[in-house]
Amino acid sequence: MITVKFSASLRDLTGGDEQIQVDAPTVRRLIKLLDERYPGISERLSESTSVAINGEILPDALYEDIPDDAEVHFLATLAGG
Amino acid sequence: MTMIDENPTGAPSYKWVGSRSIRPDGLDKVTGKARFGADLTLPGMLEGAVARSPHAHARIVSIDTSAAEAMPGVHAVITAADLPDLAEAGAKTDDVFMSEKILARGKVLWEGHPVAAVAATSREIARAAVAAIEVVYEPLPHVLTVDEALADGAPLLHAEMITRGVDPAPKTPSNAASRVVHERGDLDQGFADADVVLEREYTTKPVHQGYIEPHACVADAGQDSRANLFVSSQGHFSLRAMTATTLGWPPSALTVTAAEIGGGFGGKTTIYLEPLAVRLSSKAGRPVRLVMGRDEVFKATGPTSGSRMKIKMGVTNDGKMTAAQVWMAFEAGAFPGSPVGAASMTAIACYDIPNFLVEGFDVVCNKPKVAAYRAPGAPIIAYGVESIVDELARSINMDPIDLRLANAAVEGTQSSYGPVFPRIGFVETLEAIRDSDHYRSPVPEGMGRGVASGFWFNIGGNSTATVHVNEDGNVNVIEGSPDIGGSRASMALFAAEEFGISVDRISVKIADTQTIGFNDVTGGSRVTLATGKVVIDCCRAIKEDLCRRAAKTWDCEIGDVEWVEGQAQHASGTETPLSLAELAETAPRTGGPISVTKSDNVRGAGAAFTTQLVDLEVDEETGVCRVARYTTAQDAGKAIHPSYVEGQMQGGVAQGIGWAFNEEYIHNADGTLDNASFLDYRIPVASDLPMIETIVVEVPNPGHPYGVRGVGEAGIVPPMAAIGNAIEHGTGVRLNDLPMSPVRLLDAINQRNDG
Repeated sequence: MITVKFSASLRDLTGGDEQIQVDAPTVRRLIKLLDERYPGISERLSESTSVAINGEILPDALYEDIPDDAEVHFLATLAGG
Repeated sequence: MTMIDENPTGAPSYKWVGSRSIRPDGLDKVTGKARFGADLTLPGMLEGAVARSPHAHARIVSIDTSAAEAMPGVHAVITAADLPDLAEAGAKTDDVFMSEKILARGKVLWEGHPVAAVAATSREIARAAVAAIEVVYEPLPHVLTVDEALADGAPLLHAEMITRGVDPAPKTPSNAASRVVHERGDLDQGFADADVVLEREYTTKPVHQGYIEPHACVADAGQDSRANLFVSSQGHFSLRAMTATTLGWPPSALTVTAAEIGGGFGGKTTIYLEPLAVRLSSKAGRPVRLVMGRDEVFKATGPTSGSRMKIKMGVTNDGKMTAAQVWMAFEAGAFPGSPVGAASMTAIACYDIPNFLVEGFDVVCNKPKVAAYRAPGAPIIAYGVESIVDELARSINMDPIDLRLANAAVEGTQSSYGPVFPRIGFVETLEAIRDSDHYRSPVPEGMGRGVASGFWFNIGGNSTATVHVNEDGNVNVIEGSPDIGGSRASMALFAAEEFGISVDRISVKIADTQTIGFNDVTGGSRVTLATGKVVIDCCRAIKEDLCRRAAKTWDCEIGDVEWVEGQAQHASGTETPLSLAELAETAPRTGGPISVTKSDNVRGAGAAFTTQLVDLEVDEETGVCRVARYTTAQDAGKAIHPSYVEGQMQGGVAQGIGWAFNEEYIHNADGTLDNASFLDYRIPVASDLPMIETIVVEVPNPGHPYGVRGVGEAGIVPPMAAIGNAIEHGTGVRLNDLPMSPVRLLDAINQRNDG
């Protein structure tokens, strides 16, 4: 099981849920699962979003594997200078 | 400069990594041989010019190009009608906005918005043709600041734009593109637990990256719907993708070569001229060069955001931060995309605060679309947060470094934006400044002293490299990351260290988009980490190959061979070692050419922290400040080429000093820019600055083979707050608006004197 923690920016779509635990081996599968639970969230997560897996921020993470027991955060896109 | 190693006895020792090798681009640059964006000349090449809006906001009624097209010497004129209408094609909103930034379609949204472009036999003819283009505008009311843009009844830039991230979703459009929020704990309880609560409001103005080389490119389109582009850019692969999208071409139809670059600082991670040059070239059937003037750079390329911030923080008398509430609105310019998301994540990231609410708004207004600028968003919010932290320290009579140490984020702290920090070096930068000669020295008579800290994420990302061993045993490294901060030198040092040969035997080249695999932009302080990682991977694969070839030569098992100090050695010592040159010479007989390519989406980026200290003198008769001494400590993870690391740290501080004292976009009531030149937009020059002392802290990043973190951006985060804190320390006057220019400081001093 992985733990997904939602920032306050996403809680309008999660009905106020701050975190959930799900089984998802990849970010893509995770977004699909989240969209089944929170309809419409995939659109927000698929565009302009970075993903932090166990503390590491990945700007383009759609196909990244998620280890068991990982903690996942969806964050704003980062543009470096 | 000083180097502080977290673990001097346990750290590996290197021969080349950490040395100050001669920069490989230096000779060409000082002799004028280096080719920058405007330096390419092709047979039959035309010169281009761009027609731009004189209005901040207006509807385009008509564009008549017939007079321009009839002028002798004019070979092509284009308008938005010559580019695909991405909105009509159902493209992503971001791509539609990008296309409309390149050429206005229907409306102009800021002074300088391109409406047409011309290619002619000379620049003078092109400019005359631009002047002959007749555009009829219907001026519209404009908004220039977040206050104006968010006001009730404000004119809208985009009639359909609904604020994202608000629950419930608004039913009416506005200029607020999106809202981001981070919160934790119980804010009311946090403030109730505090002994001191301060609330302040800050503003900042748009400032430009101020690179010396203007945007420039040369396009050469063939009859086969393919084109070559030579361009000043921080990322020629990303530029290729954006240009292709705007043109409706496949990216592979463009071959983009990165010129040497005369500064970028984030501002050259996007496109402006490139689709125009390609389209003009394809229409004219001849190569076309486009070069911006400085006024165009200021008016039409991204500065970073102006902003308004409201910050409230609480602290106990023994120095525990209990709560923080941060509200910020950032100007995005004409299209959504300010760095408010990153600012909301960095705002209080230096600290472990149990209760907080951070809220940010991305707001469009009638100015050029902002572009990335060194640690985008972080310096702006740090100006506010690090100023109020300083005031909190004074209010409880606590040393400002001790207050930061008492609340510092460390390994295991859950960051304010969510993830838990791995090993980080914030405390080490605070200790480095606290223990520095500068901080231990008394504040000179008549001066003020200020401290501030900063954080930036750093990123990894996509990189590709190829390493060849030549027949003579010298090594070529081919990579695709434009060198804006010394990456060629760092790649050479990595290769020299890996092979155990002199760095003089390594040659590094930046390849075009046809020659090497994809690379993300040179930005996010990523190249030494990410491109360095794939170069190291190449070298290690080649070393394994070399050992295999030596084993074949000696007729032994590969396990009996190891690579030591530039040569293959047999474990038994019975064979004469084979050097790289000897193995290269026999390569055709041992397996063919020695060459490896590696690509990776590199992970393992390590966050950067910095703490900075400034002493300054205020002339209370004029309001002019003189920076007398400046020390910056930054965690580099590992400084691969210390001179370049120091240069990045000093460069960030230098730009921050300009941002603190002088730099700002000054718009008049018509919505047009009044200071679009370096005469009126004052960046610091050498005589404005002291020698900026550097302390390179090295807390290795566990995610990189050599511990690299990335150093290009964090240095610009603290200077504005550090300087504001020093001004208050020296004068008792606190300025909460940037820039803290002489006229503003003098006004504040006079108000103080008037009681």
